[in-house]
Amino acid sequence: MKLTQTLTAALTASAIALLMSSTAMAATLNMMNGSEPGSIDPHQASGDWENRIIGDYIEGLMTEDANAEAIPGQAESYTISDDGLVYTFKLRDGIQWSDGEPVTAEDFVFAFQRLFDPKTASDYAYLQFPIKNASEIAEGTVTDFNELGVKAIDDKTVEITLEGPTPFFLQALTHYTAYPMPKHVIDKVGAQWTQVANIVSNGPYTPTEWVPGSYIKSVKSETYWDAANVNIDAVNYFVQDDLSAALSRYRAGEYDILVDIPSDQAEWIKTNLPGQDYFGAFLGIYYYVINQEKPPFDNADVRKALSMSINRDVIGPDVLGTGELPLYGWVPEGTANYEGVPLYQPDWIGLSYEERVAEAKGIMEGLGYTSSTPLTLQLKYNTNDNHQRIAVAISSMWEQIGVKVELFNSETAVHYDALRAGDFEVGRAGWLLDYSDPSNTLDLLRQGIEQGGTTNWGNNYGRYSNDEFEALLDKATTEVDLAARAKLLGEAEKIAMDEYAAIPIYNYIAQNVVAPSVTGFVNNASDIHRTRWLTKAE
Amino acid sequence: MAGLTGKDAVLTEYAKKLETLDAPKGRSLTQDATRRMVRNKAAVVSIGVVLFIVLFAFLGPYFLPWTYDKIDWSGIRKPPNFEAGHFAGTDQNGRDMLARIMQGTQMSLIVAGVATLVSVIIGVVYGAIAGYFGGRVDAVMMRFVDIMYALPYILFVIILVVIFGRNPVLLFVGIGCLEWLTMARIVRGQTLSIKEREFVEAARASGASSWAIIFRHIVPNLTGPVVIYATLTIPEIILTESFLSYLGLGVQEPQTSLGTLISFGAPVAETLPWMLIGPAVVLVSLLLCLTYIGDGLRDALDPKDR
Amino acid sequence: MFGYVSRRVLSAIPIALIAVTACFFILRLAPGGPFDGERALPPATLANLRAHYNLDLPLIQQYFLYVWRLLHGDFGPSMVYNDFTVAQMLWIGLPFTLMLGFSAFIIGTAVGLFAGALSAVNQNKWPDYVLVMLVMVGLVVPNFLMAAILQLVFGVYLNWFPAGGWQNGSLVHLILPVTVLVLPHAGRTARLMRGSMIEVLGTNYIRTAKAKGLGQRLILARHAIKPALLPVVSYLGPGLSYLLTGSLIVEQVFALPGIGKYFISAALNRDYGLVLGTTILYMFIILAVNLLVDILYAWLDPKVRYH
Repeated sequence: MKLTQTLTAALTASAIALLMSSTAMAATLNMMNGSEPGSIDPHQASGDWENRIIGDYIEGLMTEDANAEAIPGQAESYTISDDGLVYTFKLRDGIQWSDGEPVTAEDFVFAFQRLFDPKTASDYAYLQFPIKNASEIAEGTVTDFNELGVKAIDDKTVEITLEGPTPFFLQALTHYTAYPMPKHVIDKVGAQWTQVANIVSNGPYTPTEWVPGSYIKSVKSETYWDAANVNIDAVNYFVQDDLSAALSRYRAGEYDILVDIPSDQAEWIKTNLPGQDYFGAFLGIYYYVINQEKPPFDNADVRKALSMSINRDVIGPDVLGTGELPLYGWVPEGTANYEGVPLYQPDWIGLSYEERVAEAKGIMEGLGYTSSTPLTLQLKYNTNDNHQRIAVAISSMWEQIGVKVELFNSETAVHYDALRAGDFEVGRAGWLLDYSDPSNTLDLLRQGIEQGGTTNWGNNYGRYSNDEFEALLDKATTEVDLAARAKLLGEAEKIAMDEYAAIPIYNYIAQNVVAPSVTGFVNNASDIHRTRWLTKAE
Repeated sequence: MAGLTGKDAVLTEYAKKLETLDAPKGRSLTQDATRRMVRNKAAVVSIGVVLFIVLFAFLGPYFLPWTYDKIDWSGIRKPPNFEAGHFAGTDQNGRDMLARIMQGTQMSLIVAGVATLVSVIIGVVYGAIAGYFGGRVDAVMMRFVDIMYALPYILFVIILVVIFGRNPVLLFVGIGCLEWLTMARIVRGQTLSIKEREFVEAARASGASSWAIIFRHIVPNLTGPVVIYATLTIPEIILTESFLSYLGLGVQEPQTSLGTLISFGAPVAETLPWMLIGPAVVLVSLLLCLTYIGDGLRDALDPKDR
Repeated sequence: MFGYVSRRVLSAIPIALIAVTACFFILRLAPGGPFDGERALPPATLANLRAHYNLDLPLIQQYFLYVWRLLHGDFGPSMVYNDFTVAQMLWIGLPFTLMLGFSAFIIGTAVGLFAGALSAVNQNKWPDYVLVMLVMVGLVVPNFLMAAILQLVFGVYLNWFPAGGWQNGSLVHLILPVTVLVLPHAGRTARLMRGSMIEVLGTNYIRTAKAKGLGQRLILARHAIKPALLPVVSYLGPGLSYLLTGSLIVEQVFALPGIGKYFISAALNRDYGLVLGTTILYMFIILAVNLLVDILYAWLDPKVRYH
């Protein structure tokens, strides 16, 4: 009975679908979007696959252009006070939510208050902590939301006050944590507002269907202020975890864009799908953390030997086959607000690989570690083909200098739980920059904070600690002059890297594949490509 | 729990027969059964192939120039090359595929062996106790088995992985703990009929304890069913392992298993076919042959055919 | 009959409760938690999250809270998929998993019965050898491999069927996934059918019927099929439950919505609520299926009493 009903329903639905597809000749973009979105509520989301959906349906004061540079979005213009602390945004005329309600300054104030509200428990609220009193509210030390540095001067004017000068703040405002929220809808339906029945948008698209585990569909919003220049009529964001299946489906014409590719297929794609590969370096670092609370890894010489003996030149081109760039420093090339600071390079950069291995071997022998009395360590990584390959390659490289490696992989949750608990010796980690600024990676190496008798090391898994480094970063947060700030940060990077606070391995490469029918896709350092800039020829 | 190859269904019938039919003289690997087995050509060929695969897996590595974890930096992702000693090509880390296939086969056989052993032990003890004591004990114990049959096998395997994490031996001991149900049914059936026979009566009359009778007189008479059960369970565990490998929950590198090799080979079937063909051929022929042998043994030892 | 059914239903409740309890505590033994992502959460945020999902309460209190809500039909929130409650997720995934499982079940059983009977009638002749070989291959090729091959051949090279995904109730999207599920199920069924059919054909009463000069077709139709079906029917319950739970790989490869897929991602992400929800749902389906099969079995075989 149940079965017949289901089948009948399916048949009817497919008949309708067939009818609809033959009548409408709209341009639909089919995007393989990776994992299942955890949430499309900007305050609950945490991944780049969620960002693609959210950034297409809500627009912040600032938004990204095709190159992912910050440009005015819902704001028409803005002014910044001379001390760099007060930003005043003037909203565009006629901007509205897709249900016809106007977008007002109050929606922004409401959104920021909700973001920092401890009850919301937003994962990524800390990205907006430059705002005055934001972290205090999130931690519960300030309970009056009116103390927050976001104010509605009138319906059309938003004023944001910061804790200190923050050169990347406009960029940070393009992040979904800074987006306005439809107060009128949330007041009515609460947490259920992201259900497709309730959801409203102020961006170029509005989500209309959501089948968890399968896809989200968004259609063009006619109420968007720039709707006249939006070319694609609908976007399907498909959930697809199996990457080789994704490539098969792309080749079968079912996807127009792949946001990731199976390892080993980069070469095949370049040869067989010419012009469709959009592989470009972007702001993300892949690195190994070394637990500096466990001897002998507290010895910087051991860390140096481990770093020196990694042949980074073979990892990208040969082991992964995608051509990731070797990375020796902590701030990836092309990061903004870092002008005048040379790319960090260790003093042994001029040596050949054989010479590096010989020197590293000497260091280890000096400490008593040889191939007969090796240093045994456990290398942890989260389960993934690429992480595994790199771990296998590096363990073989380390074998040459008297280090015996035991590999240990586990699921993401278990892996990061172990890293945070300090239950590891060497572990794999990676960081995709939230905004283009050196502080975003350098903050990963900041000292832990004392809390209730234990130290919370945050993302500094290796527990690196250096007072001079801390002092330089502290000083940089109050420095208004960009060049002086860059210099301070550069010095900090050099201190940390000279001590091998962690072992950078490579600079991430975006691995998009885009069908020839889609134009307007530009490689950029943030790997953010809003659908509004794309065009699809039918 | 319904397994992956349907062996439980095949064997449930067998168990039912054991319990309802009168016990013939010795249901072990008798001459008569051996003769019938030899006549089954598919089974005989299969025994040869399985033996070959076992030798290949355990002795093969001694004849290869490369070990399974040695990286050949000059040969990453290369097709078979006899000069370099990579007879089946290399993987993405430049490791010799043939050596890895051998190591993977070893690993698959070992984990399957462990899980099978555990399930046989639990099944024999459980089934013998239920069958020997009978009555209320039997009813309760077998009701429990029925309940366990109703549980979703795969879900429990995944939950086991989540708990035991990455320790393959513990994991497969755990899987063995899920697999014993059919063994218990078979043993119970066998025990029910054996316990009525003269030598058991005699032992009981001479004052032997129940445990002594179970372990000295009943268990040794179970060789036939155990062999059948084991040959059919090994392929099932190997398949379960390959399923876990696909989910990224397989054995720890640099060690490997047939399932892991195939799950890495499947996505590159077009570009690096040698990474898939070798392990797939070994896996499929191993499982096919074990299934043929198991079915052949069951037919040869079938109580009804006498 | 009614008494039998109600006894079976009642006895299922403690089973379900034990399984839920076991799952609840076993999951908490596993390392890692639902909020251990790639990035560390500020401690204040983490504390807020834990409080939001009642994870800060003592475990035993959480357990009773869960059971209490469950008795009121509330599966609780999903901790990873924030925009849905567990009940909403299950409601979306269930019809799909059922559709996939049942279509594979019907096709696979039919194909398997036919192949098994055909093979038995031609025992030790070439159709038998070929069929047995095919059946075995269907059984032993891991389904993720079969899925990848079918996807490449029929989706990419021949471009006959969609290589994955599912939208708007389209049936063509189900062809490849259902095929992957059908093969092993048909294999298992055929293997059983062949065995029991050969046995039935060797029994005295079939020999008698042959001696009486009845045609082979008539013998098969009137005397052989029904008794030969018995062992197959007793396998249908486990077989269907295997198809329903086994669809998770197929759902993963073909990117289909379905509770199997939710289960896997929930287990890996420690989404406690969703793991429990899917497990409970599976248990109910499987218990129901087994009950139905038992009734069917009793109808086929009058010797079985309702005890």
